[in-house]
Amino acid sequence: MPQLAIETHGLTKRFGAQLAVDGLDLAVPAGTVFGFLGPNGSGKTTTIRMLLGLASSTDGEIRMLEEAMPSAIESVLPRVGALVEGPAFYPFLSGRANLLRLDAADRRSPLGTRRARVDAALERVGLTAAARKRAHAYSLGMKQRLGLANALLAPRDLLILDEPTNGLDPQGTREVRAIIRSVADEGATVFVSSHLLSEIEQLCSHVAVMSRGRLVAQGTLQELRAQSIRRLVVLSPDPDAARRVLAGLGLAPSVRVCPDGGAELTAELPDPTMLAENATRALVEAGVRVRGIAVAGETLEERFVALTGEGFDVAG
Amino acid sequence: MLLASELGTLFRRVRTIAMLGALALVPILIAVAVKVTTAGDSGRGPAFLDQITQNGLFVAFTALVVSIPLFLPMTVGVVAGDTIAGEASHGTLRYLLVAPSGRLRLLAVKYAGAAAFCLAATSVVVVSGVIVGALLFPVRDVTLLSGDTIGPGDFAIRCVLLAGYVVLSLLGLSAIGLFISTLTSVPVGAMAATIVLSAVSQILDNLPQLEAIQPYLFSHLWLGFGDLLRQPISWDSYGQNALLQLGYVTVFGGAAVWRFLTKDVLS
Repeated sequence: MPQLAIETHGLTKRFGAQLAVDGLDLAVPAGTVFGFLGPNGSGKTTTIRMLLGLASSTDGEIRMLEEAMPSAIESVLPRVGALVEGPAFYPFLSGRANLLRLDAADRRSPLGTRRARVDAALERVGLTAAARKRAHAYSLGMKQRLGLANALLAPRDLLILDEPTNGLDPQGTREVRAIIRSVADEGATVFVSSHLLSEIEQLCSHVAVMSRGRLVAQGTLQELRAQSIRRLVVLSPDPDAARRVLAGLGLAPSVRVCPDGGAELTAELPDPTMLAENATRALVEAGVRVRGIAVAGETLEERFVALTGEGFDVAG
Repeated sequence: MLLASELGTLFRRVRTIAMLGALALVPILIAVAVKVTTAGDSGRGPAFLDQITQNGLFVAFTALVVSIPLFLPMTVGVVAGDTIAGEASHGTLRYLLVAPSGRLRLLAVKYAGAAAFCLAATSVVVVSGVIVGALLFPVRDVTLLSGDTIGPGDFAIRCVLLAGYVVLSLLGLSAIGLFISTLTSVPVGAMAATIVLSAVSQILDNLPQLEAIQPYLFSHLWLGFGDLLRQPISWDSYGQNALLQLGYVTVFGGAAVWRFLTKDVLS
């Protein structure tokens, strides 16, 4: 059993009559880049607020970095860098002054290295040139970077990043990804929430999928791909005969007639050991003319849509 | 250190500087107005006003008395109402807590910041008053309410004691503002509510029908500093006011702690 950086059991949050988070059992292995995926409003940010002790849970347990939260908040959070629901700063202070203040808020952060650490964090996100500008004058992308710099003020064992690439242009998105990877390479666990599948696919090795407050899937990306349903697709001008043959193999094909007179038969392959070539031989032996035959795996996107029952905004 | 950061942030802010600047203008306006209309129809205007022409030291004193009912509570209401709600509206509250600042520590630092503003605001009025009074009017020995006469140096000490009394008076209001500030993420609402409460308290204090509750109003002893102008100084009102303000700090500070420690920070 690998060490877990974040572990929740039956984590629940109720706002009045509404269950925002319902019995969440998260298991984030240490050292991974873990994607927390779900449509807007599925409970991701509420979960992150509970993890960080900003909101109390109605029920359930949280362990972070091997300690119980929120009771060990004072010893856990200095090891955690966070970006929660967008960056936020004092508009009348410079970017640098903002970071100095947030660093001062942590009683354990050493005063002696404060300026050096703030400058290093600014450098890391490429904000050195704008460090003395007021945050008020920052673009959304610059604020996002400043938020990331705040999460990187000290060496962290865990980064919790809520939609870290929101509002960034493609270049900025690439830079943020590079920063996240470099943090992960240093051995930290990174927990990234997103409603963008493409984001998670590019960054993460593990993923959890939220839908309407519930966890509907959790595991490595490979495991999720493997769970996806495979389909046999047969193109044939003899749909009736083809369907009889496939039905004889225990499949239940749906038929779509194409405009050119042929038909496309699609059947789920319930048994992964059943190979497409068996179907090919059966079709040929029955004298069914075949134009094309293929096994189509569900894309990850289709899998997530199937899991959450909602569409994703996949425009990365 | 979070307190140093808080004070730095508070006193470098343009709004804070503007409020302190406005308070500094109060004695200046009084002194100039008195100087210009020095024809001397004594008997009109607030107490002490006609004494200014004879002794510049009364400028600071008069300015403080004039500022107590409205200007000081207004600026203190702005700062105290902004403490938590302002951070919530900027979204910085969640980042301070995640840092982690500790909720109790943050609340204590915020209250200390508001108290520091009470001190700064009162000091600005006194210092500005002493300077402008000395520039525009003669400085002489002062005759106290008890009939004794003290020198300018002794009177300066009385002014410091008086400023301390005023700061003390504002601590209860600051605690009320802090509590209201934990209830909302709209700072303007918390500021307005705090300022309105200070007005309501003073109005209730003037309704004879409410005599029974008046000793418990936080503004009841705001103007009760006459004892500091007697020889020897009587500390009774100082003590009573301290007790009254301590009560408000305990009740509303406690309410703020209870509210803030259990609050879901969703802004």
